[in-house]
Amino acid sequence: MNMIEAINDALDTMMGHDPDVVVFGEDVGYFGGVFRASANLQKKYGKSRVFDTPINECGIIGAAVGMAAYGLRPVPEIQFADYIYPGLDQLISEAARLRYRSAGEFTAPITVRSPFGGGIFGGQTHSQSPEALFTHVSGLKTVIPATPHDAKGLLIAAIEDNDPVIFLEPKRIYNGPFDGYYDRPSKTWKNHEGGQVPEGYYSIPLGKARTVREGAAMTVLAYGTMVHVAESVLAEKGVDAEILDLRTLWPLDIEAVEKSVEKTGKCLVIHEATRTSGFGAELVSLVQERCFYHLEAPIERVTGFDTPYPHSLEWAYFPGPVRIGEAVDRLLKD
Amino acid sequence: MHGAPAASARGNLPPLELHVPEPHSRPGEKPDYSWLEIPEAGSLARPDEACPASETWAGTLGMVRVLDEDNRAVGPWDPALDPETLRRMLRTMALTRAFDDRMYRGQRQGKTSFYMKSTGEEAISVAGAFALAADDMVFPSYRQQGILIARGYPLEEMINQIYSNRGDRLKGRQLPIMYSARDYGFFTISGNLATQFPQAVGWAMASAIKGDTRIATSFVGEGSSAEGDFHAAMTFAAVYNAPVVLNVVNNQWAISSYSGFAGAERTTFAARAAGYGVAGLRVDGNDTLAVYAAMRWAANRARANGGPTLIEYFTYRAEGHSTSDDPSAYRSAQEREEWPLGDPIMRLANHLIALGEWSEEQQSEMDREVAEEVRTATKQAERNGVLGHGFHHPFHTMFEDVFEELPWNLEEQAAQAIREREIKWPERVGQKHSGDKPRTSAQGSTESANEDGRGEGQ
Repeated sequence: MNMIEAINDALDTMMGHDPDVVVFGEDVGYFGGVFRASANLQKKYGKSRVFDTPINECGIIGAAVGMAAYGLRPVPEIQFADYIYPGLDQLISEAARLRYRSAGEFTAPITVRSPFGGGIFGGQTHSQSPEALFTHVSGLKTVIPATPHDAKGLLIAAIEDNDPVIFLEPKRIYNGPFDGYYDRPSKTWKNHEGGQVPEGYYSIPLGKARTVREGAAMTVLAYGTMVHVAESVLAEKGVDAEILDLRTLWPLDIEAVEKSVEKTGKCLVIHEATRTSGFGAELVSLVQERCFYHLEAPIERVTGFDTPYPHSLEWAYFPGPVRIGEAVDRLLKD
Repeated sequence: MHGAPAASARGNLPPLELHVPEPHSRPGEKPDYSWLEIPEAGSLARPDEACPASETWAGTLGMVRVLDEDNRAVGPWDPALDPETLRRMLRTMALTRAFDDRMYRGQRQGKTSFYMKSTGEEAISVAGAFALAADDMVFPSYRQQGILIARGYPLEEMINQIYSNRGDRLKGRQLPIMYSARDYGFFTISGNLATQFPQAVGWAMASAIKGDTRIATSFVGEGSSAEGDFHAAMTFAAVYNAPVVLNVVNNQWAISSYSGFAGAERTTFAARAAGYGVAGLRVDGNDTLAVYAAMRWAANRARANGGPTLIEYFTYRAEGHSTSDDPSAYRSAQEREEWPLGDPIMRLANHLIALGEWSEEQQSEMDREVAEEVRTATKQAERNGVLGHGFHHPFHTMFEDVFEELPWNLEEQAAQAIREREIKWPERVGQKHSGDKPRTSAQGSTESANEDGRGEGQ
């Protein structure tokens, strides 16, 4: 399966599993979503469980909060993560705080799905990586899969979770893994281990990282598309790196991070999002605080630049093989 | 140099002017109500509850009014309630006002940090609650305490919340008056304005998805109706024909901003219903019978799958916005006395007196009784402490309920807070705090409310 099919399968599985799961958003009903993630679901489960919405992200998230207060398990879609901002007040002030401010009387078991990330010539408003906005909010969980297998298992876990989850889908790797070389032929998930998706129900616990490869030379912390870019760059450079796919950004699998950095003594953090106050800063800070006496070199951070996401200069902006390669070299030099 | 271009004349065109609304009177001025058109009681037709929304739109510029100059109930909107129900509504409104008065004094006495009265607006929440079924879900703003009181929520629980004491079911996490009472169909109040409006629509959609018979209702002030959430709620309510009653309490003032800043100079708030294809009603908010009749009409319509209604209650915020506000700084002090729609409690009492079902003696006796009821509840609640006197919830409760399960970072931070306590309040060192281990909600923590947390240096 590709990642879209895996997500569709997860939604199908959970809708069959739990009559309180409802799926809605712009174009997700009859049409099945602009990326086809909800294809055929309306036909199978009916219009009262899978439906199109007005173009109003505040309304989509706000209605989801009300549905959750009633007792449903809403899975709204925001068409692009770049367009989640009109719904932020409902997410930050409401969904994230509902359990706390009502002392558990009301909860928000909502999973907000949204495609994110660049590498597709999406320009300023179809490429952003806003995960740091969510990891900064107490009461939200942020999940980002890097393979179809993980996408299905994590989405099922997210829908079952009784707290609000932001489920960001790296759209660059919907159809296949990406090695960071925009000029090479694109690959599909067919021959990739992560494209093997079991039938039926399974879940992957939130808050647990996945070791992509074990290694001794350095720890690489990445998520989403950058897991694959990192994997390919480090393989090409012949570096015996240990690569962790964080999968859940928050709550972070701090044990896996500590264990790996204590073993390798070096740490490279990679994300597509802009650098300043990005999630990488939190990772760097945690590693510095908790693994300081194991560190043999300054922690490196490879990110997008502190600019809006450009269109024509996409591959100059994208934190690809060259930028990662330089950081790896600096880490190895020390 | 960039910046705004200088004014330039173009031919004979007059220069454009920015219009900034100005209220009808300011401090020191005589109130002016010449702008206010008050339709005669009984003059507005009552459309069938199942009518097309468009049949209601003409009425959104008029006003549902039942009580006339002589305190009689007149016209097609008269809900023909029995005197016993009217007396119960009157008493609930009086209790709400007495509660507000007492809590306001409590704030002035330093027993809590903050309070907001609903004086003059009691009919809207109380008659609204009477017109709804007990299990219909309310998504209130912060000025519908009358609904909680009408639904029989214990006053003592309300006061515990206001005092953030160890009896507070919200564990001292929330600003006073931000109640949450799920068992009473009263949704957790948020400080963020109008967010409850689309949430109510979502709740109503859920009720429809599940084939339930319960409906939702929500309240915003006219000021908050300018928020984007209002538009989101109206659009969603219309699109899905959601069983919801959306209410705008137009009390003329949003803190210091008069209703013109929410658009009142151009049209009524009820009239906005037309643009969404939603039924609309404009109601004399100080006329208890009119409020009841309108809410009943809209609730029946919603429950019969007739769809949503927007109701504007035309009223006046008789007191300051909150205990942090001094209205004499921005509006005429006489506005309240001269408000042409009077006082909701007096109007209902006079109606009952006109019916021969009430007397001034009974009114005085009732006022005495409700004041006593509030006094007793206050005394009870004060046994759980008042703000800053140390009877609060244990430290670890601050970290609970952020998530269902406590993540590692909150476990670490809870340990930090408990460690800091021994430095900040050394008199407590050596005392046993069995309840200070953080726990997940699944394990429950309600019993921790009884733990003595006295003496924390305030």
